[in-house]
Amino acid sequence: MKTIQEHGEEKRVRMRLVETGNHVAAWGARLARVEVVSAYPITPQTQVIEEISRFVAEGEMECEYIPVESEHSAMAAMIGAAAMGVRAFSATSSHGLAYMHELLHWAAAIRLPMVMVNVNRALGPGWNIWCDHQDTMAARDTGWIQLYCSDHQEILDTVIQAYRISEDPRVILPVMVCYDAFVMSHTYMQVEIPEQEAVDRFLPPFRSLWKLDLERPFTHGSVIYPDDYEEVRFSMQRAMDNARRVIVEAAGEYRELVGGYHGELVEAYRMEDAEYALLAMGTLASECRVAVDVLRERGYPCGLVRIRSYRPFPAAELRELLSPLRAALVVDRAVSFGMEGPLFSEVKAAVYGSGNPSIHGIITGLGGRDVPYDLLVENAEAAFKGRLPAGSYWPSVRLNEHHRLVKRSLEEYWRKEGVR
Amino acid sequence: MRLRDFPEEELFLQGSAACQGCPGSAALRVAFKALGRNTVLCVIASCTSVLQSPYPVSALNLPTLNMAFATGGATGSGMAAAAERLAARGKFREKPTILVWAGDGGTYDIGIQALSGAAERNADFIYVCYNNEAYSNTGTQRSGATPYAAWTTNTTKGKEEWRKDVAQIMIAHGIPYVATASLAYPTDMFRKFAKAKEVKGTRYIEIQAPCPPGWKFPSAHTVKVARLAVQTGMWMLYEHENGKTTYTAGTQRIIQGQAKLLPVEEYLKAQGRFRHLFHPERDEERIAAIQKRISGLFEALQFTHKMKEHLMDIEISPRL
Repeated sequence: MKTIQEHGEEKRVRMRLVETGNHVAAWGARLARVEVVSAYPITPQTQVIEEISRFVAEGEMECEYIPVESEHSAMAAMIGAAAMGVRAFSATSSHGLAYMHELLHWAAAIRLPMVMVNVNRALGPGWNIWCDHQDTMAARDTGWIQLYCSDHQEILDTVIQAYRISEDPRVILPVMVCYDAFVMSHTYMQVEIPEQEAVDRFLPPFRSLWKLDLERPFTHGSVIYPDDYEEVRFSMQRAMDNARRVIVEAAGEYRELVGGYHGELVEAYRMEDAEYALLAMGTLASECRVAVDVLRERGYPCGLVRIRSYRPFPAAELRELLSPLRAALVVDRAVSFGMEGPLFSEVKAAVYGSGNPSIHGIITGLGGRDVPYDLLVENAEAAFKGRLPAGSYWPSVRLNEHHRLVKRSLEEYWRKEGVR
Repeated sequence: MRLRDFPEEELFLQGSAACQGCPGSAALRVAFKALGRNTVLCVIASCTSVLQSPYPVSALNLPTLNMAFATGGATGSGMAAAAERLAARGKFREKPTILVWAGDGGTYDIGIQALSGAAERNADFIYVCYNNEAYSNTGTQRSGATPYAAWTTNTTKGKEEWRKDVAQIMIAHGIPYVATASLAYPTDMFRKFAKAKEVKGTRYIEIQAPCPPGWKFPSAHTVKVARLAVQTGMWMLYEHENGKTTYTAGTQRIIQGQAKLLPVEEYLKAQGRFRHLFHPERDEERIAAIQKRISGLFEALQFTHKMKEHLMDIEISPRL
C-alpha cells in the first residue's frame, strides 16, 4: 500500500496479490459487498465475471450472480436490482457498452447508484479486441461518471471509491470505472487488498435517493411532459457538478481510512515548475510519464496531467494547471469523426479565455497500436516548437504492405466494374 | 370464485389516462386484485406506460419501475435477484411478487430475447403479456402477434403472415407455469394469477386485449369481442404446468362438446380491422383459410379429448 505509514498509524493490509487487472476489479466488487452482479462475457472483460462467479459459487461473496443473455439485459437487470435497493455491479467492454447504450441513459436519468467496469477496447469492424477509448467516449453524454485508471491498485481502489461517489446523496449517478484492454486487463501486477473492515468503514451500507418501496408505492420513470423534463436533466448536471467535490473527498477519505491514493479529478506529475505539459488518460498517461522525464532531460520543463475523471470534466483544475503554460500536447486514444480527438477539444474548451497556452493534439494508439514513449517525445517537441499541424495530428498512421495490397486489388476491381 | 368474491381493494386507481374501453386497464385491475398489495411492478414501454398517467400522478398503486422497451425479462431478473438478497437479509415480512407487465410488441418482438433469457434462467417473476395484437401505443402498426389478414397502419391490405405463438414458445422453455387469459373470463383470469403467485420461477400469462381504436370496434364492445375470440377459437384459454396443458373456461367447453365452436366470421365481422375481408366484396379465400386453421385444430383437440375419455373408461372398467 502506498500509505502504509500514515498519520503514524499503521494501516493493516490483508494480503498482497499478484493479479490481473480484471481479477483486481472483481476484488473491488467483492470488497464493496456488491449483492447483485449481472454481466455478459466479452473479451477482454471475461475474467472479471469469471472471478466473481467463482467468489459467489465458493461462498466468498453473498451475492446473486445473473448470467444474462446480453449486455442490454445486464444493464436492465442492474437497474432492476438497484431500484429494489441493492448494490449492483457489472462489467463490460466495447461492443457490450455500445449495446447497452440505451440503458446507460436510463440508469443515469432514473437516478440510481451503481458501478460498472468498462475495459476500454476498440469497436469493429474489423474485429479488434485491443485497446482504445472510443467505446467510453461514445458513452460520454449518458450521465455516467467516468473514471479512468492507470494501474492495477488504482482499479481496486477506484471501484470501491466509485460506490461511495455514486451513492453520495449529493450525486446519485452511476459510475463507470475504465481501464485499458490487455495492457491492464490481462497483465499481472502486485496489488494490496485492504482489510474488509477498513473498506466497510469507508463505504457505508447501500443508500439511494429512492427504491421500490412497498410501504410507499411510487411510480418511477413514467411519461414526463416538456413542462417537467428539463428540470430532471438540470438536476443531473447539478449532480455532476457536486460529484467534482465528492470525488476529491472520496479520494482523501480513502487514503485516510483504507490507504491508497491516485490523484483526484486529475493527477499531476512534475507540474510544479512546468512550462509545458502532456495530457492523457489511462495507460497512455504512464507512457507520457516516461516521455516527460526524457523531455526534461532535453531541457523542456515539462509535466504530465493525467485526467482521471473524464465526467465530470476537471475544467477548473485544467484551467489552473494549464493557463500559466507556454504549450501543451493532448494525446487522444479516440476520435470524434469530422472533428478531432474528443479530449483535445474539451481541454481547449476548458482553458479557453484563461492564459494563452498553445494547445496541440495527437490521435494515436487506436485499436491497440503500440505507442512508444519516443513517439510522444518527438511529437511533444514538435508541438512545443509550434511545428505540429493544426487539428488533431495522427503521428502513427502509415501505409503498410497490407494497405497497399488491398488498395491495389480495389483499384483492379474498380477498373473491371468500370467505376471511375 | 365469482366476481363478487374478488377483493374490494383497487390497486389500479381511477382517473387513468387509458382510452375508453381499454383492455389493458381492465387486465391490470384483475391482475392487481389477484396478486394483492405485496407486489412490485415493472412496466416496459407499452400502452401501459401511457395509461398509468403522466408524471406527477399515477393510476398504479404499487411500487412501479418504468423501463425501456426490450428489458422486461432482464429487469424482472434483476428485481427478483435483489428480492432474493433482501429476503435473505430478513427485509420482508413476506417476499413480494415481482410482476413484469408488457405488451405484445415488447414480448413477441423487441423483448423476446430478454424474456427467453430470463425463462431459461427460471428467474423468479410473473411476466404478463397483454396482447392487443399490434403496436397500439404508436398508432397500430403490425407486430409478431398481429393475426393473419388483419389491417394495421403498415399492413393496409391485411397482414400476409400468420402470427407466432409466444405462449407455446414459453412452454418450450420448460418454465413452471404458462397460462392464457381473456377479459371476457375474469374469474378464469383471476384464478390463473392467484395460482401463478404461489409458483416459484418464471411464470408467463398472456391476456388477449381487444383494443377499440386499434381493432376498430365501439369501445363498449371490448368484452364482447374478447368473448367472441374465445367462442370462435381465435383465442384459446389454457394453462400449462408439470408438462401438461389443461384447457379452461370457454375453450374447455368447446373441446368437451358443451359449447359449439362459432364460425370465425362472427369474430371478424365485429371488427373494422377485418372489414376488407367483407367489403367491397367477400374475400372467401382468406376467410376460409382462417376458418380452416381453427377448425382443424379444434377437431384434433376434440378428438384427443374423446380418446382420453374413452381410454379412461377402459382403465377404470373392472370387467375388461
